[in-house]
Amino acid sequence: MKFANVIAVGGEWLRGEGPHHQIVVSSRVRLARNLRHRAFPGWAKKAERTQVLELIKPRVEELPEMQDSFSEVLQDLTALEKQVLVERHLISREHAAKSVGSAVIMNRRQTLSIMVNEEDHLRMQSIRSGLQLKSAFKLVDKVDSTLEAKLDFAYDPKLGYLTACPTNVGTGMRASAMLHLPGLVLSEMINQVIQAVNKIGLAVRGLYGEGTEAMGNLFQISNQTTLGEKEEEIVTRLSKVIETIIEKEHDARQMLIQRKSNTLWDQIGRAYGVLTFAHAMTSKEALNLLSIIKLGVDLGAFPEDRRLPIDELFIDTQPAHLQKSSQQKLNADERDELRAQIIRDRLRLFPKPDISKVARESANGSTSEPQTNE
Amino acid sequence: MLCDVCKCNDATVFLTQILEGKMQKVNLCDSCSKEKGVQDPTGFALADLLLGIGAAEEIEKGAPTQRCGVCGFTQADFKKTGRLGCSACYLTFAEGLGSLLKAMHKGTEHIGKLPQRAHREIELGDRMKSLNANLQKAVTEEDYESAASLRDQIKKLEMEIAS
Repeated sequence: MKFANVIAVGGEWLRGEGPHHQIVVSSRVRLARNLRHRAFPGWAKKAERTQVLELIKPRVEELPEMQDSFSEVLQDLTALEKQVLVERHLISREHAAKSVGSAVIMNRRQTLSIMVNEEDHLRMQSIRSGLQLKSAFKLVDKVDSTLEAKLDFAYDPKLGYLTACPTNVGTGMRASAMLHLPGLVLSEMINQVIQAVNKIGLAVRGLYGEGTEAMGNLFQISNQTTLGEKEEEIVTRLSKVIETIIEKEHDARQMLIQRKSNTLWDQIGRAYGVLTFAHAMTSKEALNLLSIIKLGVDLGAFPEDRRLPIDELFIDTQPAHLQKSSQQKLNADERDELRAQIIRDRLRLFPKPDISKVARESANGSTSEPQTNE
Repeated sequence: MLCDVCKCNDATVFLTQILEGKMQKVNLCDSCSKEKGVQDPTGFALADLLLGIGAAEEIEKGAPTQRCGVCGFTQADFKKTGRLGCSACYLTFAEGLGSLLKAMHKGTEHIGKLPQRAHREIELGDRMKSLNANLQKAVTEEDYESAASLRDQIKKLEMEIAS
């Protein structure tokens, strides 16, 4: 599969069809594994990294899950192509900075992506739409079991899987979900929720992981610790916490409708106005305004069939996607101009917000969404 | 007081985090705190930052001059990067890492997934132990017939492990 095909296909999680997809954008589970007695990528010399890559890459490519896959060594990808993969969460920002001796292999549906020689020799990640941490774990666990039969993974009976960073030792697992929480942000309850989540040993991060800013009211919640708890326990605990946050988000939205409806309609109206008429827009502003429109769709102020175009804009207005679609390198001003133009074009036939359609009580569609068995 | 990160400017930002009853403190200068995103009110980077700084100090206590026999990594390298050199480093620096892992994680022992290979190693190890114990017993009881048979079984098992 060629890179152009990766770009053309949206990737399953971008279509937003999983359980609780209005609030949970995506679920991801990644496992870190290393080969025994081989220097970790950050410490290994170039020749050693290349050796490890040659050992691992064919084993990954022959996985049944990787039939019809995209596989590339990082020096063969342009900076822009790497950035596109980062924006889709298929590789990490750290991995995008790598070159000779590193690779990425992903399946066609973009539900499974495997990084070779990131911080660890192997970082295997499964990504699903909505709240599907359990099925994401199942997929990546199966891949791990297939690979361990052919590769000698570093493992200690007491410490479990050994990783470059001691924060990952044990299960080597990081499970995370990306949540869209405009209700909690607008009602100023988000800090309380973040503090509560931190207190029970889970981490809250911004859009692109460690140390990044929260944009577009998007937050990543993940397990902080990896030693002393079983994989299934971590996944179950995290899923439960996320279900609670979903409830809190619904409560916050109801509260806004009932007590601060004017602020809410004002926000939605302004977001609509700016997105429809602006001629220059940064990606941060775009994300923040699109988030409010997405909330408008959730609440019924816009028709349900407008959900997909908005979800797509979240990704398509990111810097690298923008430049990839325009087939040229753009400076920041040109990007802001093109971004505003794309948004105007896509919203040209978008109906005005209709607040009379917003039913109060629990009739906003989101609370009547079927519960998952997660 | 100097900044814990750059160690050259005066610290102006003082942070304390209490996680599951354990308190961690870190002092930062203005520019480091900005760079680490600490001034972000939602405090995303804080936990990672605290772990990183704590990690370096802990491991220094454990093995000040030690060098990993497999990859040549030292504690000074760990202090610089916050990452280890190879899987054998976990043995080399076991002493310092012990308390660090305890502070970092929920428990000190892995109770999750075992690779199949590890299953087999554990199983073979257990069998070897019981054969040896039986051999000892047979020798003390002067049951040389059993002892000879046990010795053969042990030899066979040794070959299986070596393969």
